[in-house]
Amino acid sequence: MTELAQTRSAPALPFGRRFELVPVILFAVFAAGPILASASGAEGYVLSLLTRVMILGLAAMSLDLILGYGALVSFGHAAFLGIGAYAVGILASHGSEDALVQIPVALAASAGFGLVTGAISLRTKGVYFIMITLAFGQMLFFLATSLAAYGGDDGMTLPERSRVAGTALIESDVAFYWASFFCLLVTYALARAVVASRFGRVLRGTRENSVRMEAIGFQPFRYQLAAYVLSGMMAGLAGCLLANQTEFVSPAYMTWQRSGELIFMVVLGGLGTLHGAIIGAAAFLLLEEFLPEILHTLGFMLQEDMRARLVENWKMIFGPLLILIVLFARGGIMGLWRRGHHG
Amino acid sequence: MTPTLLFVQSLNGLQFGLILFLIAAGLTLVFGVMDFINLAHGVQYMVGAYLMAAFSAWTGNFGWALLLALPSALAVGLLLEALVFRHLYDRDHLDQVLATFGVILFLNQGVKFVWGAAPLNVPAPEWLSGSVELADGLLYPVYRLAIIVAGLAVAALLYVLVNHTRVGMLVRAGASNAPMVSALGVNIRRLFMIVFGFGAMLAGFAGAMVAPILSVEPGMGDNILILAFVVIVIGGIGSIRGAFLAALMVGLVDTVGRSFAPNLLRLFLDPATASQTGRAVAPMLIYIFMAAILFFRPAGLFPAKR
Repeated sequence: MTELAQTRSAPALPFGRRFELVPVILFAVFAAGPILASASGAEGYVLSLLTRVMILGLAAMSLDLILGYGALVSFGHAAFLGIGAYAVGILASHGSEDALVQIPVALAASAGFGLVTGAISLRTKGVYFIMITLAFGQMLFFLATSLAAYGGDDGMTLPERSRVAGTALIESDVAFYWASFFCLLVTYALARAVVASRFGRVLRGTRENSVRMEAIGFQPFRYQLAAYVLSGMMAGLAGCLLANQTEFVSPAYMTWQRSGELIFMVVLGGLGTLHGAIIGAAAFLLLEEFLPEILHTLGFMLQEDMRARLVENWKMIFGPLLILIVLFARGGIMGLWRRGHHG
Repeated sequence: MTPTLLFVQSLNGLQFGLILFLIAAGLTLVFGVMDFINLAHGVQYMVGAYLMAAFSAWTGNFGWALLLALPSALAVGLLLEALVFRHLYDRDHLDQVLATFGVILFLNQGVKFVWGAAPLNVPAPEWLSGSVELADGLLYPVYRLAIIVAGLAVAALLYVLVNHTRVGMLVRAGASNAPMVSALGVNIRRLFMIVFGFGAMLAGFAGAMVAPILSVEPGMGDNILILAFVVIVIGGIGSIRGAFLAALMVGLVDTVGRSFAPNLLRLFLDPATASQTGRAVAPMLIYIFMAAILFFRPAGLFPAKR
């Protein structure tokens, strides 16, 4: 895994440069979201799409913390999304509808799951790590499908969004948008602080060469485990938000395909930048949303039924697009940005 | 928990395990020799099943359909190798995971595009249909027995190929140290291609064999792929022997666990709780099994690389 780190991740941030353009623009766009939405004429649709971008951006960013900074390819990260979502769903069905109860429970459950599975997974390396995290993700997926009391395969619908301290504070879509924005901003700031701290530097050092880190007196395992747990808790928070946005909880949140999509978002945006993962999530979701439309436009010279078929099977374009991005766009969107920026 | 039922479930487990072995064998070799993580191996199984469905509808004959499906599956595998996988051998695992994930998206949608989203059925051949009486009052479908026989035959063939032929020797050498084999003057790219094509054909064969007992539908390869990964990780990456043992273990644990976990738990719990927990625990069994094995042996049971 060391070669992965050396060839692919961002160079360490220069310490003198405090002001960074990309995250500022990114959060400014998110902050302008409600205005953009009402200007677009389809307010509900744009707002819910942007909310989804922020929530999955949060999940992708949490994955970047271990994938980009620790070179730990976790293929079961969607499990944490599921834990967060099910914490909301299960507590709500037992009458605890307050986010001030649900979120701490979700974070504690994610931390517990992360601690146990992380302690086992981190004993393995490389491909085995990918596979064992995948196995834990699948384990939780099957557990969720067998929870007959909570909807089993079909999932369950939440009666309403979580209350905050007894009030229906985030019931409206705009209020929920700001709640998601706030969560993303706070976690992003926290993740930046973590990455810049001594802890973050040890983690990066472990990514580059864990034997050397051990030789100078660190225990890589502890740092990796702590990062894994922290990352899992952030993804758990994203799961709480996701359940609240859709007011629906189902095992589909933790399929292995979802874990794969999260990895793709991180790589698409650019490994090891944090905001790159958010941009990657945005690019992924927008592509998923608009590719059918784009294909519809591009297929103007085809006959009507062929055109409909093309639009219906947009994934046949999406798959090869993914392959091409992997093969040719190294460093993701942030990599392109840097290359454009520094000549 | 009658002995008869246990016997039938064990046979089912054996049959499932052998199918898993057919898929895992190619996967473990590709993994072991090329250090290439191929998520698209599951869709090759699916493609095998679809080819079988198409050819059996066309020829109306099981044997001919199988004979046509195998080389076609091989061709699909080689085509994918040339178009996509060949460019990924030098990349890290992350890139391989992502690009082959793209292949899955493409092929899952591709079969929908060609054959529609509705599941297809493949009739079992006349001479393999019906059931046979194994013991007093114990009927077992002939076709499932045929799968067991075919699986064992392929396993034996693989054993001979890998252990007693020149190509097999190179494959084994490649699994333990590919750069060294290359340095000794072997065309490693061609070896990769052979291993890859063969693995794709085995997965296609597995798909073709199960087509009459399962419904052929898009995405059918996704879950079995994960199980095949569990198998090769338990068995030790690159080891055919490990894959064989692990496949049988996983097949048995999964099948027998699903039917007996509720009964077993009834010994400790009240019936309602037991059946509910049993149903919850059964699908998780193999993953717990895998985690336990990796906890004690982080490189699987028979690691090929030392």
